[in-house]
Amino acid sequence: MNRYPLWKYLLIAASLLAALLYTLPNLFGESPAVQVSGANAATKVDEAARERAIGALKGAGLRPDGVFAEANSLKLRFKDTETQLKAKDAIQGALGENYIVALNLLPQTPAWLAAIGGKPMFLGLDLRGGVHFLLEVDMKAALDKQLEKVAGDIRRELRDQKVRYGRVVRERDSVSVQLRDQATLTATVRAIGRVLPDMALQQIAREGDYRVVVRFKPEAQVKLKNDAVAQNITTLHNRVNELGVAEPVIQQQGEGRIVVQLPGVQDTAKAKDILGRTATLEVRMADDDQARIQAAFNGDVPAGYELVPMAGVRSGMPPAVLLKKEVELTGDNITKAEPTYDQNNNPIISMGLDATGASIFRTLTRENIGKSMAIVLVEKGKGQVITAPRINAELGGSFVIEGGGMTVQEANDISLLVRAGSLAAPMNIIEERTIGPSLGRENIEKGFYSTLYGFIAIAIFMVLYYRLFGVVSTVALGANLLFLLALLSAIGITLTLPGIAAIALTLGMAIDSNVLINERVREELRNGMSPQMSIQNGYSHAFATILDSNITTLIAGIALLVFGSGAVRGFAVVHCLGILTSMYSAVFVSRGIVNLIYGYRRRLSTLSIGQVWVPQQQKQA
Amino acid sequence: MEFFRIKRDIPFMSYGKLTTAISLLTFILAVFFLVYKGLNFGVEFTGGTVMELRYSRPADLNQIRATVDALKYGESQVQALGTTRDVMVRLPNLKHKTSAQLSNEVLHTLKQARPDVELRKVEFIGPSVGEELVQHGLIALTLVCVGIIVYLAIRFEWRFAVSAVIANMHDVIIILGCFALFEWEFSLTVLAGILAVLGYSVNESVVVFDRIRENFRKPGMRGKSVPAIIDNAITATMSRTMITHGSTEAMVLSMLLFGGPALHGFAMALTIGIVFGIYSSVLVASPLLLMFGVTRENMLKPVRVKEEAVV
Repeated sequence: MNRYPLWKYLLIAASLLAALLYTLPNLFGESPAVQVSGANAATKVDEAARERAIGALKGAGLRPDGVFAEANSLKLRFKDTETQLKAKDAIQGALGENYIVALNLLPQTPAWLAAIGGKPMFLGLDLRGGVHFLLEVDMKAALDKQLEKVAGDIRRELRDQKVRYGRVVRERDSVSVQLRDQATLTATVRAIGRVLPDMALQQIAREGDYRVVVRFKPEAQVKLKNDAVAQNITTLHNRVNELGVAEPVIQQQGEGRIVVQLPGVQDTAKAKDILGRTATLEVRMADDDQARIQAAFNGDVPAGYELVPMAGVRSGMPPAVLLKKEVELTGDNITKAEPTYDQNNNPIISMGLDATGASIFRTLTRENIGKSMAIVLVEKGKGQVITAPRINAELGGSFVIEGGGMTVQEANDISLLVRAGSLAAPMNIIEERTIGPSLGRENIEKGFYSTLYGFIAIAIFMVLYYRLFGVVSTVALGANLLFLLALLSAIGITLTLPGIAAIALTLGMAIDSNVLINERVREELRNGMSPQMSIQNGYSHAFATILDSNITTLIAGIALLVFGSGAVRGFAVVHCLGILTSMYSAVFVSRGIVNLIYGYRRRLSTLSIGQVWVPQQQKQA
Repeated sequence: MEFFRIKRDIPFMSYGKLTTAISLLTFILAVFFLVYKGLNFGVEFTGGTVMELRYSRPADLNQIRATVDALKYGESQVQALGTTRDVMVRLPNLKHKTSAQLSNEVLHTLKQARPDVELRKVEFIGPSVGEELVQHGLIALTLVCVGIIVYLAIRFEWRFAVSAVIANMHDVIIILGCFALFEWEFSLTVLAGILAVLGYSVNESVVVFDRIRENFRKPGMRGKSVPAIIDNAITATMSRTMITHGSTEAMVLSMLLFGGPALHGFAMALTIGIVFGIYSSVLVASPLLLMFGVTRENMLKPVRVKEEAVV
């Protein structure tokens, strides 16, 4: 009756073994490391760069403990921080400014464990230290950028409406449109009012001075600022995620500020680079007038134009392109950027535009057939022309970028950078803080010892009170802890101090299931059941209760997970997982052990479950 | 070892009036303290200015505390930040002063007492972040309640669901009342603790409810009155209730004693929550169940007779 089929025992054994394996990486700790990556999308950490780095180390007489070459980065593990610092200087010297050489920590997980996906738990900022930034969104720049766009929209609309207009100039916080007479003024006001309802219009009609001054309405300005912050947060998320920093915290703080926490990153310079490496695409019109291009190369750039260098200069191409400053289309309107191949198997990027973008793009290409258009990748405030094709036909909501000999890697990088989105406004770091690893270590220690002491207290009590069944419960509780740690490590959930609290609380609550079972078994014995029957009934009766009570707790946990943030969320994740593992270990694992102990005994007269007291009246009955 | 040798069912339900009166009293007291004293919200909720200072020699926290208090900015906090030389000062937001003014004044005053102080960082947390947190907290709370009600209504019956949630709220309000009474800081981790109590306490109620449901279905209990059935259920689970709570409380106390200041608020909320969790699941939820008029018929689902196949 109390025998599991063999596969169940095997399942228990296998799950325990797996839990042990995946918990193991946490014991190895971390060692200092140096990480090398390219400073921008164009710089790759290729074979040559790797060799140069390793050569530099040899030259300095340093030997790395481990070399890990990844797609676009190189990680070198060192024995101590002193070697790490020396190595950083040596590599930086050898590779130059085009590469970022940053200090980092690497887990010392042995290769065979890493090969099966074993990795230590990610520790939150409060446990491992890390960098913390407070960024301020440059609202003035956000407004400038939007006004630049508004100016473009006005020109386009007036052209479409066939209204004759003079200069459209962006001033400090407004765009002014020069007009000829009252009639064009009225037509302009009507046209702008229709397409740009968010703008406040001021009409100036004096003899010889007909103008419309366009400003953002106050409420539109507020919305603009909020949108800028929201978009920057999204972009930062994408950026940081694509670079693989474990569970970063990116939140708005107050008006126009963004907090970024990158746990585990030791080097603020590297972190700054992660945040700064945001790119956007811009579509701008190029000037094809050879005389003017020549003049520009000689240093005479016409007003309203600028020379933008080509990305990855190749033979037979000019080093730079003369572009209008006016931006026709930005990354905001781009919905898709995917690397693919054209019919000749050359890498291209397939782009998609949203409705607004498509409409702008259609007008732009229709009116400029025969002229050149440039697609500019703007990274860290600096533009690079990816391609400057001649417009042959009207284009709609989707188009491709063919980069004249662009490599597959470049196509991948550009699409990744564009996908990661663009910043609505530049940001300045107004505060940066590094949380030292020593404080984190202290927090881990305190959390660990409080859990340990609690566990010991519970174990002692359970064994004294329930004897052998208490031992089984304690083993099940230990298994629960193991499962939980293994899950946290394998899934890659960031453990924070509240998470440690959740581990402790979950263990405290998990013993409930065991107590329920043990009490039920005792009760069955008290009612005069045979030992084997008591085990059977005890477990099955207790199960309904365990299920109900755990599911209600789980409901509470999931709600916290969905709506909590920060500390609450860190707690909820571990709590929810703990409830699941405790159900498995309390019901399945403990039953398995009990079955192994008692299930195969023919004549079982007593169970070692502590004293079972039977009331006098029941005995007589 | 056997702690609980209960010969007869303890007539919990006959104490109904007394226990209801006690919980009503504690509840009203808690609400009174919440209204009268209010919660001492941490900087995450209220917003505020946090300064980090570094002294070149070990700092005297008491002296700094006295200096900052003398400026009368309201609820300010001074605590060590990892080392003896690093100090964190928290200041509340003041309407007529910006955080920059505030921190300058504090630094100026501290410099007069000890010139070796250096300002490492000023952090300002705006009130809008706090508003969002409160909003999210309230949504979470509502969602937890709705989720629990729905689940219990499906698995048991609506009377059980409503009783459990009321008993739960009772616990939460009492913890909040304690935090208000003793002016403990209500931080984000404390909120996590209180929300955990919500889950914990409903767990308790469910264990008792489960027994009540089982008793209603037991043939041997057929002749018993509803209060007797509830009494029997509570008595039968008494041993488990005490042992489970004891274990959890041991864990939480361990956190309270050894967990350091970072876990203190969380452990405190749970310590109180567990004590009231036992009380409310036995002496609040069950009498409420009786009050809502639970009967055997509520719990006995009509037995569906298997239709036999006509051959």
